[in-house]
Amino acid sequence: MKFMLLIHQGATPTPNDPAAWAQLSPEEQNAVYADYKAINETPGVTPADVQMQPPEMASTVRVQDGRTLTTDGPFVEMKEALGGYLFYEADDLDAAIELASRIPAARMGGAIEVRPLVER
Amino acid sequence: MNGSLERTFREEWGRVLAALIGFLGDFDRAEEATQEAFAIAAQRWARDGTPTHPGAWLVTTARNRAINRLRRERTLAAKTRLLEVPHASEDQIETSTFPDERLELIFTCCHPALATEAQVALTLRTLGGLDTDAIAQAFLVSEPTMSQRLVRAKRKIKAAGIPFRVPAEHLLAERLAAVLAVVYLIFNQGYSTRSSGRALVAEALLLGRALAELMPEQAEAHGLLALMLLHDSRRDAREHEGELVLLLDQDRTRWDWTQIAEGRIVLDRAVTLAKGGAAGIYVLQAAISSLHVEQTPDWHEIAALYGELARLTGSPVVELNRAIAVAEELGAEAGLTILDRLALEDFHYLHATRAELLRRLGRTAEARAAYERALALVHDEAERRLLQRRLGELAVLARNPAAAHGG
Repeated sequence: MKFMLLIHQGATPTPNDPAAWAQLSPEEQNAVYADYKAINETPGVTPADVQMQPPEMASTVRVQDGRTLTTDGPFVEMKEALGGYLFYEADDLDAAIELASRIPAARMGGAIEVRPLVER
Repeated sequence: MNGSLERTFREEWGRVLAALIGFLGDFDRAEEATQEAFAIAAQRWARDGTPTHPGAWLVTTARNRAINRLRRERTLAAKTRLLEVPHASEDQIETSTFPDERLELIFTCCHPALATEAQVALTLRTLGGLDTDAIAQAFLVSEPTMSQRLVRAKRKIKAAGIPFRVPAEHLLAERLAAVLAVVYLIFNQGYSTRSSGRALVAEALLLGRALAELMPEQAEAHGLLALMLLHDSRRDAREHEGELVLLLDQDRTRWDWTQIAEGRIVLDRAVTLAKGGAAGIYVLQAAISSLHVEQTPDWHEIAALYGELARLTGSPVVELNRAIAVAEELGAEAGLTILDRLALEDFHYLHATRAELLRRLGRTAEARAAYERALALVHDEAERRLLQRRLGELAVLARNPAAAHGG
């Protein structure tokens, strides 16, 4: 089965926020890098081949009565916005949940959405 | 259908359905095949008598129906490959046993990726074999709502890849906790709706027994069963002429002592299994319930167990119950001290308990205020009447202060 894992950083300290990132010890920072490396190297994982800039850089577009309305920021609240993603081919949902739980954002104040892909 | 046939059917439904889900990997097909097998059995067994191994007969029949249906569908759809299974006939070679996959089924139904209400509905429908309508009534929703809930849950299981398996060791404790919570929820729903909830209570007890049988090493499974047996043993004493009777005022001759004995045996087993590790929430609650059986309960021990339970759950309601036990052991003042620390302003039971303790201390005006606060918050009619009676008794006490002490 194929899944898409949507990574929401939430309150997770990331290098995008140098002040928050600096709050982490070098060990903690290295652990984050190591975890992502291990995840990307897990058999069945297809890492995203691009990296999005953070939610602060997003712009949201709607069209109402033929007029295009653009607003600053992501569709949802900043703290709920999407940060990154990856694809995972696994036997079942439990395997996908297990991988999701290893993504640093899951334990550091964010959340991972596990979405099954439509079979073609 | 006669009584014993009906009973066989109820006992076999969950097991047969579980076997078919395991076989087919599809809830709806499995349900269809199982229903067909039971319908055939109703005719055949009435004519030929019940087979030696009814469960195996039903599974074999259901499997054959499912295979034949799949073959017909494949032929109609003109797909390239024929199902590579020997053609199934109605004359079966009877095997006597088949694997019991009810554990796989209940863990699937109670998977955390499903909403709790969906877990409950699915468990009752698949393992209990309850009609959608019966489940809807039990949970006070319309039949179409419950039907939709079940449809969406089954769809989610398929689409999201929820596996049909007993969770791996490292997940088992937390997943089992979810299963036990669902069974206890079913029990409480049935127990709180009193006479109309008997079917649900019976279902919860059946599920509890099955879990204890299928997971004999799990202390909490035995703990939950013991807890339900002990609670339910008081069913005939909790009401008198339609009015609620509190535990300490109940007519003990109306308790089901056979069930209490059974509950205590199960509790012993649970406690033995829990040795070495700390007791879990169901073992603790069952132990407390068992202590309440005594004419003069050991309040000190009950308070200690509630303390342990509060530590595990962080629940202020548990602390409230501990306060009651402490009040019994050390006096109302000690109980009130605990109550006054709890953030349960909107919980009628807190105010009712405060009122009771204030009454014992002769602080009648404060007691009255507390009963009135409780009355403003209570929902259940029977509980409202109980509180009103208590408030009424206060007025009598106010006129006759000599009757104020005791409790």
